Amino acid sequence: MIELIEETAEATSIVLDLPDRQRHRAGQHVDVRLTAEDGYEAQRSYSIASAPEDAYLVLTVERLDDGEVSPYLVDTLRPGDELELRGPIGGYFVWEEVLGGPLLLVAGGSGVVPLRAMLRHHQAVGSTIPVRLLYSVKSLDDVIYRDELMGMAADDEIDVRLTLTREQPEGWRGYARRIDQELLADVAWPPSEGPLTYVCGPTSFVEVAANALVGLGHDPGRIRTERFGPTGG
Amino acid sequence: MSPLSRAFRGRRRSDADPARIPPGQYVTDDFPVLSAGPTPHRPLETWSFTIQGSIDEPVSWTWEQLQALPSETITTDIHCVTKWSKLDTVWTGVSLDTLLDDVETSAEYVTAFSDGGYTTNLPLEDATGGKAWIAYAFDGEPLAPEHGGPARLLVPHLYFWKSAKWVRGLELRNEDEPGFWESYGYHNYGDPWREQRYAGD
Ligand SMILES: Cc1cc2nc3c(=O)[nH]c(=O)nc-3n(C[C@H](O)[C@H](O)[C@H](O)COP(=O)(O)OP(=O)(O)OC[C@H]3O[C@@H](n4cnc5c(N)ncnc54)[C@H](O)[C@@H]3O)c2cc1C
Repeated sequence: MIELIEETAEATSIVLDLPDRQRHRAGQHVDVRLTAEDGYEAQRSYSIASAPEDAYLVLTVERLDDGEVSPYLVDTLRPGDELELRGPIGGYFVWEEVLGGPLLLVAGGSGVVPLRAMLRHHQAVGSTIPVRLLYSVKSLDDVIYRDELMGMAADDEIDVRLTLTREQPEGWRGYARRIDQELLADVAWPPSEGPLTYVCGPTSFVEVAANALVGLGHDPGRIRTERFGPTGG
Repeated sequence: MSPLSRAFRGRRRSDADPARIPPGQYVTDDFPVLSAGPTPHRPLETWSFTIQGSIDEPVSWTWEQLQALPSETITTDIHCVTKWSKLDTVWTGVSLDTLLDDVETSAEYVTAFSDGGYTTNLPLEDATGGKAWIAYAFDGEPLAPEHGGPARLLVPHLYFWKSAKWVRGLELRNEDEPGFWESYGYHNYGDPWREQRYAGD
């Protein structure tokens, strides 16, 4: 591990220099294994936040206060420490230019991580496929990769929309509620354009977003989902 | 040998019997969800379960016909490839032995198929002999759609992706063919005790 980047109060990016790095595909994850002195092990999955073209492999981990692995990765791990990884894993929740678009990315909280890899990949290959990112998060301070996403939004092909579900800054003119069918109808490409959609976040978020898209008439076969965890956020 | 993680002690919160936890798994009381796409919502009136493939005539059951078959209540541990295990889960459903009872076949493999296009493959041996069920209730309640309702396959001795959600039937096959996750890098067989998570394990 070579560097830690504090993205928000709860989320930190871990920059890794891997000995024999295998090229990954945007959207894939790795399995992280921690081993205690007495041999006890804990494993969790983390999405790859970097594009395949990036110099290093980056994970972004959100601290769950009562969690076993995420507080260790966010608070205890230090540059120079070694981390045991397995991967890259997963062949379905990936986006590559040949899969086409238009692309709709829907993120809840740390669910933005694999979608950010897709956006970085999109930029790295100079894709002209139009992309919309809808990102649901508690407050502006909880937006991971905030500056980078705002920078990407300047790109003609990339449109970034936020919904701030708990706390909005004064004068906020964006969305200010949890994701629902109406909000998705507003943001999503019309079903007739056949968008390719990736939804990622806590399980309950993914359920609501994917069900709403199907309700709007989107082809379920073009909606790919990744569910991060059991509880809502 | 795994490298040690400096200053990692772990939680070990569970007082579960370690002999019941396959390698690399941890015990949770939640019921996480692994699915590749949106959750299908299938009305019971249009639901049916079909056994087809290497069989003279396909056989089908409507929802009512399935409910009328002898059911079993099973208490079992389940193990998901995303590392969680859930102990003593209680399911109600029909044993595949009951459904396959009158079926004459030379097939050695089955592919379960589901609403939403999901498939998963397993040896017929693993689907018979009191090892697999079509489950329609969890904890005595109808199975929720996000957990695979109205009915899912239950094959608890393999990683839980083999327990196809929203199952609609079985294709009997003479040759093995990888299902959905199996073609995306997951292990073809998926034995949690041998930690067969990904292809090559
Ligand atoms: C394919 C995949 C990719 C993932 N990618 C990322 C990623 O890029 N960044 C990231 O931060 N996490 C990611 N996760 C989630 C991650 O694997 C862990 O589940 C998470 O870090 C919690 O682990 P823990 O050991 O800290 O908590 P645990 O000790 O496992 O759990 C502590 C408590 O938190 C609850 N909980 C567990 N997971 C979640 C969750 N995701 N949301 C809310 N509550 C939860 C548990 O029910 C429990 O009550 C991913 C999960 C999967 C399956």
